[in-house]
Amino acid sequence: MERPMIELKNVSKWYGPVQVLSDCSTTIHKGEVVVVCGPSGSGKSTLIKTINALEPIQKGEIWVNGQPVHDPKTNLPKLRAQVGMVFQHFELFPHLTVTENLTLAQIKVLGRSPEDAKKHGLKYLERVGLLAHKDKYPGQLSGGQQQRVAIARALSMDPIVMLFDEPTSALDPEMVGEVLDVMVSLAQEGMTMMCVTHEMGFARKVSHRVIFMDVGGKILEDCPKEEFFGNPEARQPRTKDFLNKILSH
Amino acid sequence: MLDNLDWSFYNWDVLSGFVLKGLQFSVMLTVVATLGGVAFGTVLALMRLSGRPWLAWPATVYVNGMRSIPLVMVILWFFLLVPLVIGRPLGAEWSAVITFIAFEAAYFSEIVRAGIQSIPRGQVYAGQALGLTYGQNMRYVILPQAFRNMLPVFLTQTIILFQDTSLVYAIGAYDLLKGFEVAGKNYGRPIEAYLAAAVAYFVICYSLSALVKRLHARIAIIR
Repeated sequence: MERPMIELKNVSKWYGPVQVLSDCSTTIHKGEVVVVCGPSGSGKSTLIKTINALEPIQKGEIWVNGQPVHDPKTNLPKLRAQVGMVFQHFELFPHLTVTENLTLAQIKVLGRSPEDAKKHGLKYLERVGLLAHKDKYPGQLSGGQQQRVAIARALSMDPIVMLFDEPTSALDPEMVGEVLDVMVSLAQEGMTMMCVTHEMGFARKVSHRVIFMDVGGKILEDCPKEEFFGNPEARQPRTKDFLNKILSH
Repeated sequence: MLDNLDWSFYNWDVLSGFVLKGLQFSVMLTVVATLGGVAFGTVLALMRLSGRPWLAWPATVYVNGMRSIPLVMVILWFFLLVPLVIGRPLGAEWSAVITFIAFEAAYFSEIVRAGIQSIPRGQVYAGQALGLTYGQNMRYVILPQAFRNMLPVFLTQTIILFQDTSLVYAIGAYDLLKGFEVAGKNYGRPIEAYLAAAVAYFVICYSLSALVKRLHARIAIIR
């Protein structure tokens, strides 16, 4: 069997006395699209940030493509360079132009020449439909455009897996679609993706599996999409409650 | 009473001979102390934010120590002690330059520290997530934004620094104030000399703060 892309084994994390992740385990294989949902405070964002070690863990193991993230000896910058991440608030670098945002890490981390980095970055910028904005600063773009640039920036690093941390939560409703479109096309191309999102339409359309987390950072459900949406009676009470709330409007 | 003031001794020769020489030193000291202070202060700030006690501790002691002592004492002590240590006099001007860099670094480090901490956590994450090392993240992502945000505060500190350069009178360095003082002494008109000095300091500092105000407005627009 092929080595899993992401493997979490009994991951626990505390902020002081407060446990924010409780014994989380899951496996994501190459080409899989997994959606993580749950109420706020359930540790979804924390969980996804542990995968590229932006958040350290106190217990358990995390493996990314066979590399131990939890091991203090692991070269984290090198590991993170292979993992693309998209944030809720875009986090483009406001003092750099769109092109510079796309090329900075390619040049400094991957050691590409500025010309190669630019060519490569602009290819992805074109893909997200924003080539015309290459010389602008992030502040001159709409939220949806900024998020698409952020996706292009992550893709420019040729990641083996993409992590999305509530990529549409900070967007005006009319801009959610343009970002989801990019994510859908990525998923359909076979990119391995882990997405913290409440966009159940996205989950239904392209995900393979849905993970539901509850307060205290527990994974309550981890099942195939068909089972998650198709068999509501078999769900935990907390999951039913949550789905009723977000799907009833 | 003001009728008794005699301004007739002020002419170009006096200004260029006494005052300009002092102004040159004051400006040089301000510029060098600002650049040196920002550089050294940034190092101190990074040490304090490093999360490593053996780096943070000395920097904290240094910054708090410097900020708890009057500048004029630091100037005097440095001037008196260093010759004992190195075995020969350093000269008032060199002594002033080194003292000011060391002293201002303590203040600039607090400004830089606040500036770094004002950058949202998400920016740090974004840089890390792209694979940048701690140093690269600081250099290309955090510090450029921090410095841009801090520019008005930097310049305000520089204005204070320019005024503080007059304290080198304690070790007899020849600065702007000294220039006026010497001119006043030579012509027996100390009051006129000090009045003119006050006007000179006011004009320089006030124009600089007007500049800072404009810069503030421009930075607000960029954001």
